[in-house]
Amino acid sequence: MKDALLEVRGLRTVFETRAGRVCAVDGVDVEVRRGECLGIVGESGSGKSVTFSSVMGLVKSPGHIESGTVVFDGRDLRGLTPREMRAVRGRDIAMTMQDALTALNPALTVGEQIAEVLEAHDETLPARGAARRTAIRNTSVEMLGLVGIPSAETRLKQYPHEFSGGMRQRIMIAIALACRPKLLIADEPTTALDVTIQAQVLELISDIRARLGMSVALITHDLGVVAEHCDRVMVMYAGQVVEEGPTAEVIGAPKHPYTQGLLASIPRPGLRGQPIHPIEGQVPDLIGLPPQCRFYSRCAHRRDACLTPVEMRQAGPQRRARCILIGEDEA
Amino acid sequence: MTMTADTPVASESIFRRNLSNFAANRLAMACALIVVLFAVMAVFAPWIAPHDPNETDLFRRLQPPAWIAGGEWSFLLGCDALGRDILSRIIYGARISIFIGLAVIFVATTVGILAGLAAGYLRGWVDILISRLVDILLGFPYLIFAIGLMAMMGPGLWNIILALAYKEWVIPARVVRGETLVTRELEYVEAARALGASRWHIMLREILPNVLSPVIVVATIRMAHVIILEASLSFLGLGVQPPTASWGSMVSDGRAFILEAWWVSTFPGLAILLLVLAINVTSQGLRDAFDPRFSE
Amino acid sequence: MSLSKLLERIAQLLPVLLGVSVIVFVMMALTPGDPVQIMIGDQSITPEQEAELRRGLGLDRPMIERFFIFLGNAVQFDFGESFYHRRPVGDVIAERLPATIELSLVALIVALVTAIPLGVLAAIRKNSIFDRIATVGSLLGVSLPGFWFGILLLMLFAVHLHILPVSGRIGFDAEVRMVTGFLLIDTLLAGNLRAFGDALAHLILPAITLGLPMTAILMRVTRTSMLEVLRQDYVTFADAKGLSRRRVLFRHALKNALIPTVSVAAIETGSLLGGNMIVETVFGWPGLGRLVVESIFLRNYPLVQAAVLFYAVTYVLLNFIADLLYTVLNPRVKL
Repeated sequence: MKDALLEVRGLRTVFETRAGRVCAVDGVDVEVRRGECLGIVGESGSGKSVTFSSVMGLVKSPGHIESGTVVFDGRDLRGLTPREMRAVRGRDIAMTMQDALTALNPALTVGEQIAEVLEAHDETLPARGAARRTAIRNTSVEMLGLVGIPSAETRLKQYPHEFSGGMRQRIMIAIALACRPKLLIADEPTTALDVTIQAQVLELISDIRARLGMSVALITHDLGVVAEHCDRVMVMYAGQVVEEGPTAEVIGAPKHPYTQGLLASIPRPGLRGQPIHPIEGQVPDLIGLPPQCRFYSRCAHRRDACLTPVEMRQAGPQRRARCILIGEDEA
Repeated sequence: MTMTADTPVASESIFRRNLSNFAANRLAMACALIVVLFAVMAVFAPWIAPHDPNETDLFRRLQPPAWIAGGEWSFLLGCDALGRDILSRIIYGARISIFIGLAVIFVATTVGILAGLAAGYLRGWVDILISRLVDILLGFPYLIFAIGLMAMMGPGLWNIILALAYKEWVIPARVVRGETLVTRELEYVEAARALGASRWHIMLREILPNVLSPVIVVATIRMAHVIILEASLSFLGLGVQPPTASWGSMVSDGRAFILEAWWVSTFPGLAILLLVLAINVTSQGLRDAFDPRFSE
Repeated sequence: MSLSKLLERIAQLLPVLLGVSVIVFVMMALTPGDPVQIMIGDQSITPEQEAELRRGLGLDRPMIERFFIFLGNAVQFDFGESFYHRRPVGDVIAERLPATIELSLVALIVALVTAIPLGVLAAIRKNSIFDRIATVGSLLGVSLPGFWFGILLLMLFAVHLHILPVSGRIGFDAEVRMVTGFLLIDTLLAGNLRAFGDALAHLILPAITLGLPMTAILMRVTRTSMLEVLRQDYVTFADAKGLSRRRVLFRHALKNALIPTVSVAAIETGSLLGGNMIVETVFGWPGLGRLVVESIFLRNYPLVQAAVLFYAVTYVLLNFIADLLYTVLNPRVKL
């Protein structure tokens, strides 16, 4: 598709553990379009975070990307050298993490932590000297202002522990946005926060996205958040994408039994803030999975045909789902 | 260790599982075997040693090891300045190192367990008193404390044990106190309390079995330290007095002859290194097996 | 850290120092064995002379009174007279101190500059051959008896290879005017480069011997804490910011990983003090450690007592510094 900013095809990321090979991401395709907010939903262990760590090239040992392509803005990221990849990270693709308390370095001031991203990537800065320092300082203050932190000048000298939880989350967002990235990967940006702050932070992300015209990949396990903030949604289960499509359509009429289960477990009015109530049964062990529908053991509609590999099927003009029921609907 | 009938069954089986974890660690098992060999050597020294360790023979003064010209196979590691057989003295020296090591650890662990249990379980002024004492004793560099005591008490086997145990008990005491603070709140201890068990019964029968694992691990690590400390005291001439063979004093004896007879100092030092290293690896294996929290 | 918090910390230090003095005093006063008898040894002495000796040491007074006299004098650095030197104990100690401090500092530096890079490297290349060698090396380092290792070094470098001196602080032919007492500084002040090189050569083996166990421990601590830190989210986040590998490792990871290393280093500097006695004896280093060992055999009782107290107080202060360093380095801990 022409307006795709990020295009991932057939991504497989495996972890070699003592118990065996864990295929955390198994043949995942992702597309994030320019300017859109894509929601990625799934339980923990579904592979949603690992997918985006793979995009960033940040999968830690003992994990590694086995196959697949990651094309960002026309460049094949997997073909880049580590140095070239570092130039992409933070400048073109930025990431925020689940808990700002652990993601911000406790031993460095907030100012230092913003400044170093600018130092690393911002080519518009004056080459050196006082002018450079002033420029960095001004941009830092501007970024803190952008995320709504008052008296930014003085707060730059403070350490992360001197801020409240919501403030830290904003600072992390400010750091991620400092170089005006084209894509922001927001990994569970609100899980660590209490409900009122959650709304503020999500509003902030939406607001900045509109202003800067960037794309956002919002990783969450909260369908309410997706309904409110995302243009499209992608549902992941046990390392695979099971359903994707425009948010309103997927939430209005889910095609995959897993998505249906997720939605059924949430009381209708006021989707927001509701945790996913697990469906009966458990996520399968990712070691030595048989080549069958991964939702098989928990699915109410399972049948013998599900015991063969199930591919993604077109389920509407912009919708796809990984379930054999889809062909039958049309028949 | 003995387990009484009213000890929770779980702790015994955990102990067994820990032991089998340990047995699976081959390097640690090999090192444990070395430690056992040293112990056997110490116990059966009179039967194993080829010569009387104190028998001097001036014709064999500074005789080199067997494989060097001038050596004899009956005096494998050569002789010291008084013509005494170095191998025999090393074998007898194992008695001193291991006996002092065990004695210090035994005394220190016994005192430490009692003090730690009392501080952790009884709390109040007992805890304050013991904890203060522990803090203050920790304020001394170990070797200096021991040297100071030896200087005042004069040399001798029992004085060394006393000098080292004076500070050593602090270490198990701290461990036991910490573990006791946690264990005393557990349900089965509460239950015993509710049933009207006496304080000493609870401390010794209910809590002690559950804090033993870390104590054993710490005791083995400390044993290595104590052996080095004893050797250091002996090296300085503050240990067991001549002619009794001790590794530290043997190394010291050889200092005068490093120009012409390297073997006099080298072999006893090697014995210390080997034993201490084996104990250290064993204790690391024990720690990994007993307490996965510590393993990396 | 505010001044009042600092003062509060210092105030908390006083009971420990008092306790340490009590122990030193009681240790000397109550342990089995009569210091006077040990001092007399097998010399023949009249009861009058013995009583005189006892009075000279103040041993005829009640225990409590003796303690307060001892404490009062100690605060003024007055530890009585050293019979052997026929000078005040405090002066003798002060004279020997620079040699010990110089050796300890050099050993500390040797330990820090080897342990930290090795520990970091072992952590970065976890499970590599290098990491395994380093792990075995650190185990050896803590298991080696220092006095024996020193003798081995002497045999190798001084006796067989003749590249380093056997003992002392400086060759006898060098005349250097003592200003600071630290030979490395005094030789430079005198502009005598040859003497500086000579003093440095004398320092190498003792400093390595003294610093070895500390190197082993610090390497282990650095490796462990570096591994711990590398797992932290803020390191991942720093990577996600696209910072250079060097910046991520040194500014983000190492800065946090060094917090435990530095406090352990400060505590271990205390154990260098104990190691000094051994190392100074092996290498004929004219410092406080050797003075204490000599004094024990000369039965120079007041000097031993003073030195033990001095060591203990230094040790407590080093632990205090370790605590402060931990606070200063770690902005999260508020005093």
